[in-house]
Amino acid sequence: MVQVTAGEAVGRRPQFRPINVAARFAPVLFLVVLMIGFSILEPRFLTPLNLFNVLRQVSIYGLLAIGMTFVILTAGIDLSIGSILAMAGLVAAVVAKGGLDNRFSVGDGSASLGLGWEFAALAAVGVGVAAGLVQGLAITRFKVPPFVVTLGGMSAFRGAALLFSGGGPVSGFDDAFVWWGQGKVGPVPVPVLIFVLFAIIAHITLSYTRYGRQIYAVGGNPEAARLAGLNVRKIILSVYVITGFFSGLGAFVLAARLNSAEAVAGTGFELTVIASVVIGGTSLFGGTGTIFGTVIGTVLIGVLLNGLVLLDVSAYVQQIIIGVIIVLAVAFDTFVKSRRRAL
Amino acid sequence: MSQALLQMNGITKSFGGISALRSVGLRVDTGEVHALLGENGAGKSTLLKILSGAQLPDGGEVTFLGVKAAFNSPQDAQRCGIATIYQELTLVPGMSIAENIFLGREPGWANLVNWRTLVNQAQGLMAKVGLEKDPLTPARDLSVAEQQLVEIARALSMRSKLIIMDEPTAALSNAEVDRLFDIVSGFKADGLSVIFVTHRLEEVMRVCDRFTILRDGRFVCDGNVAATSVDAIIHHMVGREITVTQRRPAPAATDAVVLRVEHLSRRRGAEGLNAMALSDISLEVRRGEILGIAGLVGSGRTETARAIFGADPFDSGKVFIDGVLLQATSPQDAIRQGIGLVPEDRKQQALFLSLSIRANLTVAAHDRVSRLGVFIDPTAEDTLIAQYKKLLRIRMVGPEQIVSDLSGGNQQKVVLARWLALGPKVLIVDEPTRGIDVGAKAEVHNLLFQMASTGIAIVVISSELPEVLAISDRIITMREGRVTGEVQADAASPEMLMALMTVDAVAA
Repeated sequence: MVQVTAGEAVGRRPQFRPINVAARFAPVLFLVVLMIGFSILEPRFLTPLNLFNVLRQVSIYGLLAIGMTFVILTAGIDLSIGSILAMAGLVAAVVAKGGLDNRFSVGDGSASLGLGWEFAALAAVGVGVAAGLVQGLAITRFKVPPFVVTLGGMSAFRGAALLFSGGGPVSGFDDAFVWWGQGKVGPVPVPVLIFVLFAIIAHITLSYTRYGRQIYAVGGNPEAARLAGLNVRKIILSVYVITGFFSGLGAFVLAARLNSAEAVAGTGFELTVIASVVIGGTSLFGGTGTIFGTVIGTVLIGVLLNGLVLLDVSAYVQQIIIGVIIVLAVAFDTFVKSRRRAL
Repeated sequence: MSQALLQMNGITKSFGGISALRSVGLRVDTGEVHALLGENGAGKSTLLKILSGAQLPDGGEVTFLGVKAAFNSPQDAQRCGIATIYQELTLVPGMSIAENIFLGREPGWANLVNWRTLVNQAQGLMAKVGLEKDPLTPARDLSVAEQQLVEIARALSMRSKLIIMDEPTAALSNAEVDRLFDIVSGFKADGLSVIFVTHRLEEVMRVCDRFTILRDGRFVCDGNVAATSVDAIIHHMVGREITVTQRRPAPAATDAVVLRVEHLSRRRGAEGLNAMALSDISLEVRRGEILGIAGLVGSGRTETARAIFGADPFDSGKVFIDGVLLQATSPQDAIRQGIGLVPEDRKQQALFLSLSIRANLTVAAHDRVSRLGVFIDPTAEDTLIAQYKKLLRIRMVGPEQIVSDLSGGNQQKVVLARWLALGPKVLIVDEPTRGIDVGAKAEVHNLLFQMASTGIAIVVISSELPEVLAISDRIITMREGRVTGEVQADAASPEMLMALMTVDAVAA
């Protein structure tokens, strides 16, 4: 065997560089700075009540963002989540009310008119998974780009929801159903617990399972993944089923929180959710990103909106600020990557 | 005595505390072809980036055409007469040859393009570089060699004094290399200078006048090519003598045939593939044998490997592993039956560049490092990585290091380790040492020998004849999608192989 000179031998060692650390923890740092800023400006901000309120608000976005992280890791996108959420929520509501005819009947809240919340939840998730499966098949079998398929889905599922409901809401569920959206365990709202639970499951899946590794591989380089023996089509299909699942779950929790479901629910959610994932550091080009980042991104948007509301900033200005932050987050990410690549 | 066209002195550049160049000098005379040599990571790319205006040096001075120069942008360098042709070609695929040549400098008045002048001028430049095509052909319809000629024509159109070519021959067949060298020789006569970066030293001996060698970001030496030898250049590049790859004893012919391919064929354009047709390819490889496949780019050698591996479909023919018919419709099936493929383009087809060594190395062998078939077992994974790090002598900081930080040779070892971890019966290695420096090449060759001695049947595809000759036990040659000959490696010569690869098989 040949000897190798020292210069070649060591290779480039990753150095401790402030920019790398900053890049890695930028969302967290930004969140901390934001929270300190708001608590100085507005004493009402840093109270347990307000903070749990923020968390409850972001939980549904958070659930959807977990699913979206899987899709974006494979360099895909899912624009249909809001529409699937509306449809799944209506189906769950109708199951709980025992049919559309009972839509306006308001019980005393102690007993359900239709089936129990278990069946409603199953129905919501079932609708979500089915919708995800259909879109995933269109993407993998007919090779239509995810953007186009889910753009179509966004319109079609919204239409289906409107058709199914005839336009009006379905409201008034029993207490057991409503508990999933409005209840608390100790001081912690139930939606927050659901969000945290699924975030942990998703984190374990992505970091510690073969399936998680394969998602990163497919997102990082689909051709190399195929030549390494991975079933790329199956993996891509699966992530759209996952977003469908989380849309269904989110639909159930949202219906419970509002004690109502309607066809226009979830309008525009896809943008907030994609923003959370991207601000959390997941690359739209696939292959890099974490659930931790997504959780931080979701909370960050929630804190920002909450703080701005408390500071009496107009809703219009809030939208401008969110938009600017999305662009800045990606610009910062790109800047850091180009700095690193130049080395 | 020719005068210095370019003089770079004391150029230093560092990135975040890491020195890439330490007081490097480079002198290029008018009308010479100058080879810039060094192993990967020696600092060649950084020096060229400074010269082409892509990066600014931290210190040192550049004198071009007798005046001090500082190039703040690639446009700056181009305006001064320095054109760079990168390894990755930069044509706009949807635009024609003529538009690509004059991109951003179209002749005409204001924003209107004068098409007649554009086409006429393009034709003149195309004739100079020997490109016989309609100037209105879209760039996407051109071969890599033809696209390169368009880039050269573009450099000429800018009235460049110095053309930098970064590994221009890496993707060319031998005939195309010859044509390129004819053009480069023509430049000399016109008083143009060329800086030539290559890993193929025989090319340096063929076309270059002078050379500069860098090592570890430092200037080592320069000199006249005529007054040196390949061995001397290698010596300076690596700073030590390297042992020429030693042949090992060929396996016994009685050993069992592991891979047998019978009458593999595919129509051109089958199943929407824009790939070579393959006709009636048959071959076999024995346990512990290294079969070399020699052929020019476009001879169907890579396509054959991909068809066997299930990466591309074929129309007819059979593949057997250990005598059992392989029915692979995907790489997944082929891998299950014991075939591995190291593809020709490491970065595009094998590596997950943004991911860690850990993720890259075990991606195909998750069965070996998982619990309950679902969870990754980090301890088992660490053990596996440590094992192959030692066996293949992969030089890395740790399993979490991002794979793109490794040198080409070490990246290739990670890919080899990925397949070894699966314990394959057959390993097909397409271009085992492309883009790898001299020292690491010999190491990869030795690894292939080691693998063969453990009983793996190995198929090696290579554009470099010396490599095929040095490491194969038996060699088949391919041309235009057919097998044109088969020889024992110890009875073969480069001339003989080249004849089988390039001449019509009528004589056979």
